[in-house]
Amino acid sequence: MSTARRRINEVLVPVGALVGALVLWEAATRVLRIPRFIMPAPSAILGEGWEWRYRFIEHTWVTLYETLGGFALSMVVGVPLAVLIVYSPILRGALYPLIVLAQSVPKIAIAPVLLLVLGYGELPKMVVAFLVAFFPVVIDTATGLHATPPELLDLSRSYRASAFKTFLKVRLPMALPFIFAGAKVAITLSVIGAVVGEFVGSDRGLGYVILSSTSYWKTELAFSAMILLSLMAIVLFAAVSLVERLTCPWLVPDRET
Amino acid sequence: MIRLDGVAKTYRTRRGDPVEALAETSLTVGENEFVTLVGPSGCGKSTLLKLVGGLVPATRGTIRVREQVVNAPFPDVGFVFQQPVLLPWRSVLDNVLFSVEMLGLDPRQYRKPAVDLLELTGLAGFETKYPHELSGGMQQRVAICRALLPDPGLLLMDEPFGALDAMTREEMSLELLRIWEERRKTILFVTHSIPEAILLADRVVVMTPRPGRIARVIPVDLPRPRTMDLEFDARFKAHSDEVRSLIFSGRKVRG
Repeated sequence: MSTARRRINEVLVPVGALVGALVLWEAATRVLRIPRFIMPAPSAILGEGWEWRYRFIEHTWVTLYETLGGFALSMVVGVPLAVLIVYSPILRGALYPLIVLAQSVPKIAIAPVLLLVLGYGELPKMVVAFLVAFFPVVIDTATGLHATPPELLDLSRSYRASAFKTFLKVRLPMALPFIFAGAKVAITLSVIGAVVGEFVGSDRGLGYVILSSTSYWKTELAFSAMILLSLMAIVLFAAVSLVERLTCPWLVPDRET
Repeated sequence: MIRLDGVAKTYRTRRGDPVEALAETSLTVGENEFVTLVGPSGCGKSTLLKLVGGLVPATRGTIRVREQVVNAPFPDVGFVFQQPVLLPWRSVLDNVLFSVEMLGLDPRQYRKPAVDLLELTGLAGFETKYPHELSGGMQQRVAICRALLPDPGLLLMDEPFGALDAMTREEMSLELLRIWEERRKTILFVTHSIPEAILLADRVVVMTPRPGRIARVIPVDLPRPRTMDLEFDARFKAHSDEVRSLIFSGRKVRG
């Protein structure tokens, strides 16, 4: 009984708060007569978004494509980079400063140069997304590879297992939870990276919609695109979490499954 | 079985300062003998274990196991540490099979022996459970099964019951003796606990720190099989007084 009530509260409280906020927002824009282009009402945003529903499919798809491309790049480059850094002191000395440097450069400053070099299509957006997202993947993977208890490494060594075998059977799986932590940060950062790329120069994508609609004072359209972006980020984050739960079931206590 | 001749180990700290972990030590351990190493932290007992297992090279002296000079890990050894360090993504059975897998043997041929070992250690029916579903004592039993599965001649145990509560600890000591009666091996067993050292051992090696060295080797003349009741035996008390005075006087002199 009390657990059932707690369950209901877990859903009711946040949903209620959200609905309450939307109602307040709607009421405020009407009562205070706030102009649409400054702060559109939720109903106006929803209406405009509905009218744009077919065009939004294409724009959402483009941004999703760029985001996933950037995320995939950050994983494909980030994880092996971390492995190299952990296993080779020389490469650590060579690569670590470069990685930190790449992380310190403001991505918004790099984006125009990238577009100049890579052209106008989806690729430069993927690269911006990759640049924004790869750092946590490298850091978390490296941390994870160091997380194997030394006794387990001694044990593997006592069985004369090769370094590669120890990597595959012990160190990499031990690092998986850390790699997923990095991936969860990377996927949300990839969305940001893709939008930043679109801001700098594009004719498609949700970032493009936001930029062009605000220049025509169509603020409700910009808000619709923003909501779609947030939803995309949430869904992608949930997807990574789901893959994590399927790959590392031992991290999830029994009572929660 | 094991012969240490003038074995010493000096580590270097990150700053390059030498630290003498183990001063020149000689010790012989017989086939199927149960020897415990007891002493305070920093007395080099874990270092001695790693040296015998070939995990760290000796600075001086030679270690021989079955007449073979040890300078690298060799397959006839099973390690058990203070922490069970099981693989959380593997079931109990697959954790036990980990040792033969890492040795490059075919795990399929060891399924039956693994199940038998789990039964021997009171874990029958737990094959498909995962480590996080087990208590600390049960996890350590799995770690012992893992070490025993390739049937090594030598078992090196580094405070294997040190992380367990006192009651589980006593239970596990007797359990280990029972297993050892059934599957005779040479065991080197490191512990902080004086009663544990005496209860288990054929001989107790008492060690003192800074630098780590052997203060005395005490043969334990208590009948086997042993039980907890022995703690009230006069000989048991005499042994533990002797160990305690060795460790304590060592401290006084240097204190």
